[in-house]
Amino acid sequence: MQDINWVALIVFVALFAFITWLGFAAAHWRRGDLDVLHEWGLGGRRFGTIIAWFLIGGDLYTAYTFIAVPALAFGAGAIAFFAVPYTIMIYPILFIVFPRLWAVSQKHGYITPADFVRGRFGNRWLALAITITGIVATMPYIALQLVGLQVVIGGLGIVGTGFVGDLPLIIAFVILAAFTYSSGLRAPAAIAIVKDTLIYITAFTAVIVIPYQLGGFDKIFAAVPATKLLLAPPPANSTGSYGIYASLAFGSALALFLYPHSLTGILSASSGHAVRRNAALLPAYSFMLGLLALLGFMAIALGLDKLPEYAAGFKAFSNNFAVPALFLNQFPSWFVGVAFAAIGIGALVPAAIMSIAAANLFTRNVYREFIHAGCSDREEAQMAKWVSLVVKLGALIFILALDTQYAIQLQFLGGIWIIQTLPALIIGLYTRWFNPWALLIAWFIGTAAGTWMWATATPAFTAVYALTIGGWTIPHYTAVSTLLLNLVVAAVLTPLFNMMGEKPVDETLASDYAM
Amino acid sequence: MSDPTNNSNSADYGWSWWYLLLLAQFIPALWVSSYNRAEPAWIGMPFFYWYQLALVFICAAVTAFVYFVTQSRRT
Repeated sequence: MQDINWVALIVFVALFAFITWLGFAAAHWRRGDLDVLHEWGLGGRRFGTIIAWFLIGGDLYTAYTFIAVPALAFGAGAIAFFAVPYTIMIYPILFIVFPRLWAVSQKHGYITPADFVRGRFGNRWLALAITITGIVATMPYIALQLVGLQVVIGGLGIVGTGFVGDLPLIIAFVILAAFTYSSGLRAPAAIAIVKDTLIYITAFTAVIVIPYQLGGFDKIFAAVPATKLLLAPPPANSTGSYGIYASLAFGSALALFLYPHSLTGILSASSGHAVRRNAALLPAYSFMLGLLALLGFMAIALGLDKLPEYAAGFKAFSNNFAVPALFLNQFPSWFVGVAFAAIGIGALVPAAIMSIAAANLFTRNVYREFIHAGCSDREEAQMAKWVSLVVKLGALIFILALDTQYAIQLQFLGGIWIIQTLPALIIGLYTRWFNPWALLIAWFIGTAAGTWMWATATPAFTAVYALTIGGWTIPHYTAVSTLLLNLVVAAVLTPLFNMMGEKPVDETLASDYAM
Repeated sequence: MSDPTNNSNSADYGWSWWYLLLLAQFIPALWVSSYNRAEPAWIGMPFFYWYQLALVFICAAVTAFVYFVTQSRRT
Protein backbone atom coordinates (compact mmCIF):
# COMPACT_ATOMS: atom_id res chain seq x y z
CA MET A 1 0.00 0.00 0.00
CA GLN A 2 0.98 3.64 -0.21
CA ASP A 3 3.25 5.10 2.44
CA ILE A 4 1.84 6.96 5.39
CA ASN A 5 0.42 10.26 4.19
CA TRP A 6 1.88 12.49 6.93
CA VAL A 7 0.15 15.75 6.05
CA ALA A 8 -3.24 14.05 5.87
CA LEU A 9 -2.50 12.14 9.06
CA ILE A 10 -1.62 15.30 11.00
CA VAL A 11 -4.80 17.10 9.88
CA PHE A 12 -6.81 13.98 10.71
CA VAL A 13 -5.31 13.64 14.20
CA ALA A 14 -5.72 17.37 14.90
CA LEU A 15 -9.43 17.26 14.04
CA PHE A 16 -9.83 14.11 16.13
CA ALA A 17 -8.14 15.79 19.08
CA PHE A 18 -10.52 18.73 18.73
CA ILE A 19 -13.66 16.59 18.77
CA THR A 20 -12.28 14.58 21.70
CA TRP A 21 -12.02 17.79 23.69
CA LEU A 22 -15.46 18.81 22.47
CA GLY A 23 -16.95 15.47 23.50
CA PHE A 24 -15.80 15.88 27.09
CA ALA A 25 -16.62 19.59 27.23
CA ALA A 26 -20.16 18.79 26.07
CA ALA A 27 -20.94 17.47 29.57
CA HIS A 28 -21.22 21.11 30.68
CA TRP A 29 -23.38 22.16 27.73
CA ARG A 30 -26.95 23.05 28.74
CA ARG A 31 -26.04 21.63 32.06
CA GLY A 32 -28.21 18.93 33.51
CA ASP A 33 -27.88 16.21 36.11
CA LEU A 34 -26.10 13.45 34.16
CA ASP A 35 -26.98 10.96 36.89
CA VAL A 36 -30.53 10.86 35.56
CA LEU A 37 -31.20 8.72 32.50
CA HIS A 38 -33.18 11.22 30.45
CA GLU A 39 -30.39 13.78 30.93
CA TRP A 40 -27.57 11.39 30.03
CA GLY A 41 -29.46 9.41 27.41
CA LEU A 42 -31.66 12.10 25.82
CA GLY A 43 -29.74 15.30 26.53
CA GLY A 44 -32.63 16.42 28.74
CA ARG A 45 -34.93 16.70 25.68
CA ARG A 46 -33.66 20.20 25.16
CA PHE A 47 -32.33 20.29 21.59
CA GLY A 48 -34.04 22.92 19.44
CA THR A 49 -34.59 22.73 15.70
CA ILE A 50 -31.01 23.47 14.66
CA ILE A 51 -29.15 21.20 17.08
CA ALA A 52 -31.71 18.48 16.41
CA TRP A 53 -31.06 18.92 12.69
CA PHE A 54 -27.36 18.30 13.15
CA LEU A 55 -27.96 15.48 15.62
CA ILE A 56 -30.57 13.58 13.60
CA GLY A 57 -28.68 14.20 10.36
CA GLY A 58 -25.46 13.06 11.97
CA ASP A 59 -27.28 10.06 13.34
CA LEU A 60 -29.01 8.86 10.15
CA TYR A 61 -26.36 9.61 7.55
CA THR A 62 -23.57 7.53 8.96
CA ALA A 63 -19.95 7.10 7.95
CA TYR A 64 -20.80 3.70 6.63
CA THR A 65 -23.44 5.26 4.37
CA PHE A 66 -20.86 7.62 2.94
CA ILE A 67 -18.53 4.70 2.23
CA ALA A 68 -21.04 2.02 1.23
CA VAL A 69 -23.42 3.91 -1.07
CA PRO A 70 -20.66 5.14 -3.42
CA ALA A 71 -19.07 1.68 -3.12
CA LEU A 72 -22.33 0.12 -4.30
CA ALA A 73 -22.50 2.61 -7.20
CA PHE A 74 -18.90 1.75 -8.02
CA GLY A 75 -19.54 -1.98 -7.97
CA ALA A 76 -23.18 -2.41 -9.02
CA GLY A 77 -24.18 0.94 -10.56
CA ALA A 78 -27.67 2.45 -10.67
CA ILE A 79 -29.17 0.29 -7.90
CA ALA A 80 -27.16 2.32 -5.35
CA PHE A 81 -29.35 5.31 -6.11
CA PHE A 82 -32.26 3.65 -4.27
CA ALA A 83 -30.90 5.65 -1.35
CA VAL A 84 -32.47 8.75 -2.93
CA PRO A 85 -36.14 7.63 -3.14
CA TYR A 86 -35.57 6.03 0.27
CA THR A 87 -34.66 9.34 1.84
CA ILE A 88 -37.53 11.05 -0.01
CA MET A 89 -39.99 8.76 1.74
CA ILE A 90 -38.60 8.95 5.27
CA TYR A 91 -39.52 12.59 5.83
CA PRO A 92 -43.27 12.36 5.25
CA ILE A 93 -43.20 9.50 7.78
CA LEU A 94 -41.17 11.58 10.21
CA PHE A 95 -43.50 14.55 9.74
CA ILE A 96 -46.79 12.73 10.21
CA VAL A 97 -46.03 10.00 12.72
CA PHE A 98 -43.22 10.96 15.04
CA PRO A 99 -44.44 14.19 16.64
CA ARG A 100 -47.08 11.91 18.17
CA LEU A 101 -44.42 9.66 19.64
CA TRP A 102 -42.52 12.71 20.87
CA ALA A 103 -45.61 14.07 22.62
CA VAL A 104 -46.64 10.85 24.32
CA SER A 105 -43.06 10.14 25.39
CA GLN A 106 -42.70 13.60 26.87
CA LYS A 107 -45.92 13.20 28.81
CA HIS A 108 -45.06 9.80 30.28
CA GLY A 109 -41.29 10.09 30.51
CA TYR A 110 -40.70 7.39 27.92
CA ILE A 111 -37.07 7.12 26.82
CA THR A 112 -37.19 4.09 24.53
CA PRO A 113 -39.64 2.66 21.96
CA ALA A 114 -40.23 -0.28 24.29
CA ASP A 115 -41.27 2.14 27.07
CA PHE A 116 -44.05 3.37 24.82
CA VAL A 117 -45.16 -0.13 23.81
CA ARG A 118 -45.19 -1.18 27.48
CA GLY A 119 -47.36 1.77 28.43
CA ARG A 120 -49.66 1.57 25.44
CA PHE A 121 -50.30 -2.17 25.38
CA GLY A 122 -49.60 -3.03 29.03
CA ASN A 123 -47.67 -6.16 28.07
CA ARG A 124 -44.11 -6.52 29.33
CA TRP A 125 -43.35 -9.46 27.02
CA LEU A 126 -44.27 -7.50 23.92
CA ALA A 127 -42.07 -4.69 25.25
CA LEU A 128 -39.27 -7.22 25.76
CA ALA A 129 -39.60 -8.37 22.14
CA ILE A 130 -39.29 -4.74 21.00
CA THR A 131 -36.25 -4.31 23.26
CA ILE A 132 -34.41 -7.41 22.06
CA THR A 133 -35.12 -6.59 18.43
CA GLY A 134 -33.82 -3.05 18.93
CA ILE A 135 -30.60 -4.13 20.62
CA VAL A 136 -29.86 -6.98 18.21
CA ALA A 137 -30.52 -4.82 15.14
CA THR A 138 -28.32 -2.03 16.48
CA MET A 139 -25.23 -4.13 17.23
CA PRO A 140 -24.13 -4.84 13.63
CA TYR A 141 -24.91 -1.21 12.78
CA ILE A 142 -22.37 -0.05 15.36
CA ALA A 143 -19.88 -2.58 14.00
CA LEU A 144 -20.31 -1.14 10.51
CA GLN A 145 -19.44 2.33 11.79
CA LEU A 146 -16.13 0.92 12.93
CA VAL A 147 -15.69 -0.52 9.43
CA GLY A 148 -16.05 3.02 8.06
CA LEU A 149 -13.35 4.14 10.46
CA GLN A 150 -11.12 1.21 9.52
CA VAL A 151 -11.33 2.10 5.83
CA VAL A 152 -10.18 5.71 6.28
CA ILE A 153 -7.42 4.69 8.69
CA GLY A 154 -6.26 2.26 6.00
CA GLY A 155 -6.52 5.11 3.48
CA LEU A 156 -4.13 7.20 5.55
CA GLY A 157 -1.55 4.49 4.92
CA ILE A 158 -1.58 3.04 8.42
CA VAL A 159 -1.48 -0.67 7.95
CA GLY A 160 -0.02 -3.44 9.99
CA THR A 161 -0.83 -6.83 11.25
CA GLY A 162 -1.96 -7.91 14.66
CA PHE A 163 -2.24 -5.53 17.55
CA VAL A 164 -0.27 -2.68 15.93
CA GLY A 165 -2.53 -2.69 12.90
CA ASP A 166 -5.62 -2.58 15.07
CA LEU A 167 -4.23 0.06 17.42
CA PRO A 168 -5.68 3.17 15.69
CA LEU A 169 -9.14 1.67 15.76
CA ILE A 170 -8.76 0.75 19.41
CA ILE A 171 -7.63 4.30 20.27
CA ALA A 172 -10.61 5.79 18.42
CA PHE A 173 -12.86 3.36 20.24
CA VAL A 174 -11.48 4.29 23.66
CA ILE A 175 -12.03 8.00 22.91
CA LEU A 176 -15.58 7.27 21.80
CA ALA A 177 -16.35 5.14 24.83
CA ALA A 178 -14.91 7.66 27.27
CA PHE A 179 -16.77 10.73 26.07
CA THR A 180 -20.02 8.84 25.67
CA TYR A 181 -19.70 7.57 29.22
CA SER A 182 -19.02 10.99 30.67
CA SER A 183 -21.25 13.26 28.54
CA GLY A 184 -24.03 11.03 27.23
CA LEU A 185 -26.02 12.29 24.25
CA ARG A 186 -24.63 15.80 24.61
CA ALA A 187 -21.29 14.54 23.21
CA PRO A 188 -22.54 13.28 19.83
CA ALA A 189 -24.87 16.32 19.60
CA ALA A 190 -21.92 18.71 19.91
CA ILE A 191 -19.64 16.65 17.69
CA ALA A 192 -22.37 16.25 15.05
CA ILE A 193 -22.12 19.99 14.34
CA VAL A 194 -18.42 19.60 13.49
CA LYS A 195 -18.96 16.34 11.64
CA ASP A 196 -21.78 17.59 9.44
CA THR A 197 -19.94 20.80 8.60
CA LEU A 198 -16.90 18.78 7.52
CA ILE A 199 -19.08 16.34 5.56
CA TYR A 200 -20.86 19.14 3.71
CA ILE A 201 -17.55 20.81 2.84
CA THR A 202 -16.14 17.51 1.63
CA ALA A 203 -19.19 16.46 -0.36
CA PHE A 204 -19.70 19.75 -2.17
CA THR A 205 -16.00 20.15 -2.87
CA ALA A 206 -15.90 16.62 -4.26
CA VAL A 207 -18.90 16.98 -6.57
CA ILE A 208 -17.75 20.34 -7.88
CA VAL A 209 -13.98 19.89 -8.11
CA ILE A 210 -13.74 16.30 -9.32
CA PRO A 211 -16.18 16.58 -12.26
CA TYR A 212 -14.37 19.79 -13.21
CA GLN A 213 -11.02 18.01 -13.20
CA LEU A 214 -12.47 15.10 -15.14
CA GLY A 215 -14.02 17.35 -17.79
CA GLY A 216 -17.67 17.35 -16.78
CA PHE A 217 -20.40 14.88 -15.90
CA ASP A 218 -20.75 13.67 -19.50
CA LYS A 219 -17.18 12.36 -19.38
CA ILE A 220 -17.86 10.61 -16.07
CA PHE A 221 -21.09 8.96 -17.18
CA ALA A 222 -19.58 8.05 -20.56
CA ALA A 223 -17.04 5.93 -18.69
CA VAL A 224 -19.72 3.99 -16.79
CA PRO A 225 -20.55 0.68 -18.51
CA ALA A 226 -24.11 0.55 -19.92
CA THR A 227 -25.08 -2.29 -17.55
CA LYS A 228 -24.33 -0.07 -14.55
CA LEU A 229 -25.78 3.16 -15.91
CA LEU A 230 -29.45 2.23 -15.61
CA LEU A 231 -31.45 -0.55 -13.97
CA ALA A 232 -31.88 -3.63 -16.14
CA PRO A 233 -35.46 -3.71 -17.51
CA PRO A 234 -37.36 -6.62 -15.91
CA PRO A 235 -37.59 -9.88 -17.89
CA ALA A 236 -41.00 -11.32 -18.81
CA ASN A 237 -43.19 -12.34 -15.85
CA SER A 238 -40.94 -10.71 -13.33
CA THR A 239 -40.86 -7.37 -11.54
CA GLY A 240 -37.07 -7.65 -11.77
CA SER A 241 -34.82 -4.82 -10.71
CA TYR A 242 -37.71 -2.32 -10.55
CA GLY A 243 -39.33 -4.25 -7.74
CA ILE A 244 -36.02 -4.60 -5.95
CA TYR A 245 -35.28 -0.88 -6.27
CA ALA A 246 -38.72 0.25 -5.12
CA SER A 247 -39.05 -2.26 -2.28
CA LEU A 248 -35.55 -1.50 -0.99
CA ALA A 249 -36.43 2.19 -0.89
CA PHE A 250 -39.84 1.65 0.67
CA GLY A 251 -38.83 -0.98 3.23
CA SER A 252 -35.73 0.94 4.29
CA ALA A 253 -37.85 4.08 4.73
CA LEU A 254 -40.34 2.25 6.95
CA ALA A 255 -37.55 0.66 8.97
CA LEU A 256 -35.39 3.72 9.55
CA PHE A 257 -37.26 5.40 12.36
CA LEU A 258 -37.88 2.11 14.13
CA TYR A 259 -34.18 1.86 14.93
CA PRO A 260 -33.61 2.84 18.54
CA HIS A 261 -30.92 5.36 17.65
CA SER A 262 -33.28 7.24 15.30
CA LEU A 263 -35.81 7.47 18.11
CA THR A 264 -33.17 8.66 20.54
CA GLY A 265 -32.45 11.52 18.15
CA ILE A 266 -36.12 12.36 17.74
CA LEU A 267 -36.96 12.17 21.44
CA SER A 268 -34.08 14.49 22.33
CA ALA A 269 -35.74 17.32 20.40
CA SER A 270 -37.26 20.08 22.49
CA SER A 271 -40.73 19.87 20.94
CA GLY A 272 -42.87 18.04 18.42
CA HIS A 273 -42.63 21.14 16.25
CA ALA A 274 -38.85 20.86 16.21
CA VAL A 275 -39.30 17.30 14.88
CA ARG A 276 -41.71 18.56 12.24
CA ARG A 277 -39.47 21.42 11.13
CA ASN A 278 -36.65 18.91 10.80
CA ALA A 279 -38.73 16.81 8.43
CA ALA A 280 -38.71 19.79 6.09
CA LEU A 281 -35.03 20.65 6.65
CA LEU A 282 -33.39 17.22 6.70
CA PRO A 283 -33.77 16.56 2.93
CA ALA A 284 -30.63 18.68 2.53
CA TYR A 285 -28.80 15.54 3.64
CA SER A 286 -30.68 13.43 1.08
CA PHE A 287 -29.48 15.63 -1.72
CA MET A 288 -25.93 15.34 -0.44
CA LEU A 289 -26.22 11.55 -0.22
CA GLY A 290 -27.34 11.46 -3.86
CA LEU A 291 -24.34 13.54 -4.84
CA LEU A 292 -22.06 11.27 -2.84
CA ALA A 293 -23.40 8.21 -4.67
CA LEU A 294 -22.03 9.79 -7.84
CA LEU A 295 -18.54 9.57 -6.34
CA GLY A 296 -18.68 5.85 -7.14
CA PHE A 297 -19.02 6.70 -10.83
CA MET A 298 -16.12 9.14 -10.61
CA ALA A 299 -14.03 6.30 -9.20
CA ILE A 300 -15.06 4.17 -12.20
CA ALA A 301 -14.18 6.97 -14.64
CA LEU A 302 -10.70 7.24 -13.12
CA GLY A 303 -10.24 3.46 -13.13
CA LEU A 304 -8.95 3.64 -9.58
CA ASP A 305 -9.14 -0.09 -8.89
CA LYS A 306 -6.64 -0.66 -11.70
CA LEU A 307 -4.02 1.74 -10.37
CA PRO A 308 -1.17 -0.06 -8.58
CA GLU A 309 -1.00 2.44 -5.68
CA TYR A 310 -4.54 1.54 -4.57
CA ALA A 311 -4.39 -2.19 -5.29
CA ALA A 312 -3.66 -3.07 -1.67
CA GLY A 313 -6.50 -0.86 -0.43
CA PHE A 314 -9.03 -2.46 -2.75
CA LYS A 315 -7.70 -5.85 -1.77
CA ALA A 316 -8.17 -5.11 1.93
CA PHE A 317 -11.51 -3.25 1.79
CA SER A 318 -12.83 -4.20 -1.68
CA ASN A 319 -15.24 -1.62 -3.15
CA ASN A 320 -15.44 0.23 0.15
CA PHE A 321 -12.04 1.64 -0.76
CA ALA A 322 -13.51 3.52 -3.77
CA VAL A 323 -14.18 6.76 -1.88
CA PRO A 324 -10.88 6.92 0.03
CA ALA A 325 -9.00 6.13 -3.19
CA LEU A 326 -10.89 8.88 -5.02
CA PHE A 327 -10.01 11.45 -2.38
CA LEU A 328 -6.36 10.36 -2.30
CA ASN A 329 -6.23 10.56 -6.07
CA GLN A 330 -7.93 13.94 -6.50
CA PHE A 331 -7.32 16.05 -3.41
CA PRO A 332 -4.19 17.66 -1.95
CA SER A 333 -2.96 15.87 1.17
CA TRP A 334 -4.27 18.41 3.68
CA PHE A 335 -7.77 18.14 2.25
CA VAL A 336 -7.54 14.35 2.27
CA GLY A 337 -7.02 14.76 6.02
CA VAL A 338 -10.16 16.89 6.30
CA ALA A 339 -12.24 14.50 4.20
CA PHE A 340 -11.06 11.41 6.06
CA ALA A 341 -11.67 13.12 9.39
CA ALA A 342 -15.21 13.92 8.21
CA ILE A 343 -15.82 10.22 7.59
CA GLY A 344 -14.00 9.09 10.73
CA ILE A 345 -15.85 11.54 12.98
CA GLY A 346 -18.94 10.61 11.02
CA ALA A 347 -18.49 7.11 12.38
CA LEU A 348 -18.19 8.21 16.00
CA VAL A 349 -21.40 10.26 16.13
CA PRO A 350 -23.83 7.50 15.15
CA ALA A 351 -21.82 4.87 17.05
CA ALA A 352 -22.18 6.98 20.20
CA ILE A 353 -25.92 7.50 19.70
CA MET A 354 -26.48 3.83 18.86
CA SER A 355 -24.66 2.67 21.96
CA ILE A 356 -26.64 5.14 24.09
CA ALA A 357 -29.90 3.91 22.53
CA ALA A 358 -29.02 0.27 23.17
CA ALA A 359 -27.99 1.15 26.72
CA ASN A 360 -31.26 2.99 27.36
CA LEU A 361 -33.18 -0.04 26.09
CA PHE A 362 -31.33 -2.56 28.21
CA THR A 363 -31.50 -0.43 31.33
CA ARG A 364 -35.13 0.63 31.08
CA ASN A 365 -36.73 -2.42 29.58
CA VAL A 366 -34.64 -5.32 30.83
CA TYR A 367 -32.81 -4.19 33.99
CA ARG A 368 -35.53 -2.04 35.52
CA GLU A 369 -38.38 -4.19 34.22
CA PHE A 370 -37.11 -7.68 34.97
CA ILE A 371 -34.02 -7.54 37.17
CA HIS A 372 -34.06 -4.67 39.64
CA ALA A 373 -37.45 -2.99 39.63
CA GLY A 374 -36.72 -0.78 42.62
CA CYS A 375 -33.53 0.78 41.29
CA SER A 376 -33.00 4.49 41.91
CA ASP A 377 -32.67 7.03 39.08
CA ARG A 378 -28.98 7.23 39.84
CA GLU A 379 -28.50 3.46 39.64
CA GLU A 380 -30.45 3.43 36.40
CA ALA A 381 -28.24 6.08 34.77
CA GLN A 382 -25.09 4.35 36.07
CA MET A 383 -26.22 1.03 34.62
CA ALA A 384 -26.86 2.68 31.23
CA LYS A 385 -23.34 4.14 31.21
CA TRP A 386 -21.82 0.73 31.82
CA VAL A 387 -24.01 -0.93 29.21
CA SER A 388 -22.97 1.67 26.61
CA LEU A 389 -19.37 0.55 27.19
CA VAL A 390 -20.23 -3.14 26.91
CA VAL A 391 -22.16 -2.59 23.67
CA LYS A 392 -19.25 -0.75 22.05
CA LEU A 393 -16.75 -3.31 23.26
CA GLY A 394 -18.89 -6.02 21.70
CA ALA A 395 -18.92 -4.19 18.37
CA LEU A 396 -15.15 -3.67 18.49
CA ILE A 397 -14.41 -7.32 19.21
CA PHE A 398 -16.81 -8.31 16.45
CA ILE A 399 -14.98 -6.19 13.89
CA LEU A 400 -11.49 -7.16 15.00
CA ALA A 401 -12.19 -10.87 15.28
CA LEU A 402 -14.50 -11.51 12.34
CA ASP A 403 -14.63 -10.68 8.66
CA THR A 404 -16.44 -7.44 7.69
CA GLN A 405 -18.74 -9.54 5.52
CA TYR A 406 -20.48 -10.94 8.61
CA ALA A 407 -21.27 -7.47 9.93
CA ILE A 408 -22.78 -6.52 6.56
CA GLN A 409 -24.88 -9.68 6.43
CA LEU A 410 -26.13 -9.16 9.98
CA GLN A 411 -26.94 -5.56 9.12
CA PHE A 412 -29.23 -6.87 6.34
CA LEU A 413 -30.88 -9.15 8.86
CA GLY A 414 -31.18 -6.28 11.35
CA GLY A 415 -33.28 -4.31 8.86
CA ILE A 416 -35.63 -7.26 8.41
CA TRP A 417 -35.90 -7.68 12.18
CA ILE A 418 -36.47 -4.06 13.11
CA ILE A 419 -39.35 -3.61 10.66
CA GLN A 420 -41.26 -6.28 12.60
CA THR A 421 -41.72 -3.74 15.40
CA LEU A 422 -43.72 -1.42 13.12
CA PRO A 423 -47.21 -2.73 14.00
CA ALA A 424 -46.70 -2.20 17.73
CA LEU A 425 -44.80 1.05 17.47
CA ILE A 426 -46.15 3.05 14.51
CA ILE A 427 -49.66 1.64 14.23
CA GLY A 428 -49.74 1.64 18.03
CA LEU A 429 -49.40 5.41 17.93
CA TYR A 430 -52.78 5.60 16.21
CA THR A 431 -54.77 2.69 17.58
CA ARG A 432 -54.53 -0.08 20.11
CA TRP A 433 -56.95 -2.21 18.17
CA PHE A 434 -54.33 -4.97 17.94
CA ASN A 435 -54.19 -7.36 20.88
CA PRO A 436 -50.68 -7.35 22.45
CA TRP A 437 -50.44 -11.16 22.42
CA ALA A 438 -51.43 -11.19 18.74
CA LEU A 439 -48.74 -8.57 18.08
CA LEU A 440 -46.19 -10.67 19.95
CA ILE A 441 -46.93 -13.85 17.98
CA ALA A 442 -47.05 -11.90 14.69
CA TRP A 443 -43.69 -10.32 15.58
CA PHE A 444 -42.25 -13.78 16.15
CA ILE A 445 -43.62 -15.19 12.88
CA GLY A 446 -42.45 -12.17 10.86
CA THR A 447 -39.00 -12.38 12.42
CA ALA A 448 -38.72 -16.14 11.91
CA ALA A 449 -39.90 -15.98 8.29
CA GLY A 450 -37.57 -13.05 7.59
CA THR A 451 -34.60 -14.88 9.08
CA TRP A 452 -35.36 -17.98 7.04
CA MET A 453 -35.71 -15.98 3.80
CA TRP A 454 -32.48 -14.15 4.58
CA ALA A 455 -30.62 -17.42 5.07
CA THR A 456 -32.02 -19.10 1.96
CA ALA A 457 -31.89 -16.12 -0.43
CA THR A 458 -29.63 -16.17 -3.48
CA PRO A 459 -26.93 -15.28 -2.64
CA ALA A 460 -27.44 -16.53 0.90
CA PHE A 461 -27.57 -14.10 3.87
CA THR A 462 -28.82 -11.14 1.87
CA ALA A 463 -32.02 -9.14 2.10
CA VAL A 464 -33.41 -9.62 -1.42
CA TYR A 465 -35.58 -12.70 -1.86
CA ALA A 466 -37.29 -13.89 -5.06
CA LEU A 467 -40.86 -14.86 -4.32
CA THR A 468 -42.81 -16.81 -6.96
CA ILE A 469 -46.56 -16.21 -7.06
CA GLY A 470 -48.78 -17.48 -9.89
CA GLY A 471 -46.05 -17.63 -12.50
CA TRP A 472 -44.61 -14.23 -11.53
CA THR A 473 -41.21 -13.87 -10.00
CA ILE A 474 -41.01 -11.02 -7.54
CA PRO A 475 -37.52 -10.34 -6.23
CA HIS A 476 -37.94 -7.85 -3.40
CA TYR A 477 -36.63 -6.56 -0.10
CA THR A 478 -37.51 -9.28 2.42
CA ALA A 479 -38.47 -6.72 5.06
CA VAL A 480 -41.54 -5.66 3.04
CA SER A 481 -43.12 -9.09 2.52
CA THR A 482 -42.43 -10.26 6.08
CA LEU A 483 -43.99 -7.06 7.43
CA LEU A 484 -47.11 -7.87 5.43
CA LEU A 485 -47.13 -11.38 6.88
CA ASN A 486 -46.72 -9.90 10.36
CA LEU A 487 -49.68 -7.53 9.85
CA VAL A 488 -51.94 -10.26 8.50
CA VAL A 489 -51.15 -12.60 11.40
CA ALA A 490 -51.70 -9.82 13.94
CA ALA A 491 -55.04 -8.91 12.36
CA VAL A 492 -56.24 -12.53 12.28
CA LEU A 493 -55.18 -13.34 15.84
CA THR A 494 -56.44 -10.14 17.45
CA PRO A 495 -60.16 -11.12 17.55
CA LEU A 496 -59.20 -14.57 18.87
CA PHE A 497 -57.13 -13.22 21.74
CA ASN A 498 -59.75 -10.58 22.50
CA MET A 499 -62.25 -13.38 23.07
CA MET A 500 -59.89 -15.09 25.51
CA GLY A 501 -59.67 -12.24 27.97
CA GLU A 502 -59.73 -8.57 28.85
CA LYS A 503 -57.19 -6.27 27.29
CA PRO A 504 -54.75 -4.76 29.77
CA VAL A 505 -55.07 -1.08 30.64
CA ASP A 506 -53.70 1.58 28.28
CA GLU A 507 -51.90 4.17 30.38
CA THR A 508 -51.95 6.76 27.58
CA LEU A 509 -54.86 9.06 26.71
CA ALA A 510 -55.81 10.34 23.28
CA SER A 511 -54.81 13.82 24.37
CA ASP A 512 -51.28 12.62 25.28
CA TYR A 513 -50.46 12.38 21.58
CA ALA A 514 -50.79 16.11 21.09
CA MET A 515 -48.65 18.92 22.43
CA MET B 1 -64.99 11.21 27.10
CA SER B 2 -62.44 13.95 27.35
CA ASP B 3 -63.40 17.60 27.72
CA PRO B 4 -63.64 19.95 24.71
CA THR B 5 -60.33 21.72 25.36
CA ASN B 6 -58.57 18.37 25.21
CA ASN B 7 -60.26 17.60 21.94
CA SER B 8 -59.08 20.74 20.23
CA ASN B 9 -55.55 19.99 21.37
CA SER B 10 -55.56 16.42 20.20
CA ALA B 11 -56.18 17.59 16.63
CA ASP B 12 -52.60 18.89 16.62
CA TYR B 13 -50.86 15.64 15.75
CA GLY B 14 -53.94 13.93 14.42
CA TRP B 15 -54.84 13.66 10.77
CA SER B 16 -54.92 16.52 8.32
CA TRP B 17 -55.99 16.19 4.69
CA TRP B 18 -52.85 18.09 3.75
CA TYR B 19 -50.91 14.97 4.71
CA LEU B 20 -52.16 13.33 1.52
CA LEU B 21 -49.85 15.74 -0.25
CA LEU B 22 -46.96 14.32 1.78
CA LEU B 23 -47.91 10.74 1.05
CA ALA B 24 -48.33 11.56 -2.64
CA GLN B 25 -44.53 11.92 -2.73
CA PHE B 26 -44.34 8.15 -2.51
CA ILE B 27 -45.83 7.76 -5.99
CA PRO B 28 -43.09 9.37 -8.12
CA ALA B 29 -40.44 7.88 -5.82
CA LEU B 30 -41.73 4.31 -6.18
CA TRP B 31 -42.70 4.47 -9.87
CA VAL B 32 -39.32 3.26 -11.03
CA SER B 33 -40.21 2.56 -14.67
CA SER B 34 -41.13 6.23 -15.14
CA TYR B 35 -37.57 7.38 -14.56
CA ASN B 36 -35.31 4.46 -15.51
CA ARG B 37 -34.10 6.15 -18.70
CA ALA B 38 -31.03 8.02 -19.89
CA GLU B 39 -32.72 10.76 -21.94
CA PRO B 40 -33.18 13.66 -21.62
CA ALA B 41 -29.77 14.13 -20.07
CA TRP B 42 -28.93 17.34 -18.24
CA ILE B 43 -25.37 18.72 -17.84
CA GLY B 44 -24.19 15.29 -18.85
CA MET B 45 -26.26 13.50 -16.19
CA PRO B 46 -28.67 10.78 -17.39
CA PHE B 47 -32.35 11.43 -16.61
CA PHE B 48 -32.38 8.66 -13.96
CA TYR B 49 -29.94 10.62 -11.79
CA TRP B 50 -30.92 14.25 -12.17
CA TYR B 51 -34.64 13.47 -11.95
CA GLN B 52 -34.30 11.79 -8.57
CA LEU B 53 -32.08 14.56 -7.25
CA ALA B 54 -34.64 17.12 -8.45
CA LEU B 55 -37.35 15.10 -6.73
CA VAL B 56 -35.55 15.61 -3.42
CA PHE B 57 -35.92 19.36 -3.83
CA ILE B 58 -39.56 19.18 -4.88
CA CYS B 59 -40.47 16.92 -1.98
CA ALA B 60 -38.62 19.11 0.52
CA ALA B 61 -40.58 22.11 -0.80
CA VAL B 62 -43.86 20.20 -0.49
CA THR B 63 -43.01 19.19 3.10
CA ALA B 64 -42.17 22.78 3.99
CA PHE B 65 -45.42 23.94 2.38
CA VAL B 66 -47.46 21.43 4.39
CA TYR B 67 -45.63 22.51 7.55
CA PHE B 68 -46.63 26.15 7.06
CA VAL B 69 -50.18 25.37 6.01
CA THR B 70 -50.91 23.07 8.97
CA GLN B 71 -49.11 25.47 11.28
CA SER B 72 -51.13 28.56 10.37
CA ARG B 73 -54.42 26.66 10.28
CA ARG B 74 -54.10 25.96 13.99
CA THR B 75 -53.35 29.48 15.15
